[in-house]
Amino acid sequence: MVVFEKPHALTDVPMHYCPGCTHGIVHRLVAEVIDELGIEGKTVGIAPVGCSVMAYNYFNCDMIEAAHGRAPAVATGVKRAEPDNIVFTYQGDGDLASIGTAETVHSAARNENITVIFINNAIYGMTGGQMAPTSLPGQVTQTSPYGRDVTQCGFPVKVCEMLSQLDGPEYLERVAVNNVKNVKNAKKAIKKAFRNQIDGKGFSLVEVISSCPTNWGLTPQNALKWIDEKMIPYYPLGVYKDRSAAKEETK
Amino acid sequence: MAKLTFKTDNCKGCGLCVDVCPKHVLQLAADKINKKGHHPVEAVKEDECIACAFCATMCPDCIIKIER
Repeated sequence: MVVFEKPHALTDVPMHYCPGCTHGIVHRLVAEVIDELGIEGKTVGIAPVGCSVMAYNYFNCDMIEAAHGRAPAVATGVKRAEPDNIVFTYQGDGDLASIGTAETVHSAARNENITVIFINNAIYGMTGGQMAPTSLPGQVTQTSPYGRDVTQCGFPVKVCEMLSQLDGPEYLERVAVNNVKNVKNAKKAIKKAFRNQIDGKGFSLVEVISSCPTNWGLTPQNALKWIDEKMIPYYPLGVYKDRSAAKEETK
Repeated sequence: MAKLTFKTDNCKGCGLCVDVCPKHVLQLAADKINKKGHHPVEAVKEDECIACAFCATMCPDCIIKIER
């Protein structure tokens, strides 16, 4: 009996991510959910710009590469043209929370029926570890060698909290992938986000607190600890909006 | 008894699986180097494996297959 093997929705291409980068875990969770829901044939993924720019090599479903930050806009077009398809975007924090803020906020406000997987690792990974909009106050990066100075650079963008103020989005949850329990919870959240789209409920975003051992300057193990110690206190995990659950409660 | 299969050539030697294994079944092979130039993971006490799949859950590169 097979207890665990690579999901069918992932290709055999070796991933280019750094050792210990949790992008691979999130790729696998998305692929597992696609397998379990049996939607591989009608799923269209939108790859971002960033570390996961080559995500189109790793998923067996159809993939489109979007311009930097524009994945939700491309997803909107695909979903409106082919409403029967399941459309998801896979974006990092530089893509979704920086250059793509407008697309993110407005697709959420319009309650587009798409699924957004948002990887928050508090740094610009692909370009070499510069400060991102999600970098923590005091965090040392290439462009903030003395730590992020909030008087000069402002405060981090908390995407789930920000979008939860809108009436549009259906489902917002923040999860992490730094230990087995959190990975299991992350999979549940991702599955729910896809399920919402199949049920036609609307915009679902799952923010995944992820690690970047290379640019944080930590070992993969210590990077996972750093998530527990530094990132989760600043970015609390949990469901930020679940409109259909709220409706159930008021009934 | 569980059977572990590794796609050794795709292993990046991050060691996340080694840390998470409750039975200390896995280790990074100090005397081996794979195609990528990393010390790949290997099972040193496979007969003690309980097939909890924690290693595969944390493996970013999906190289572990577990059968029971």
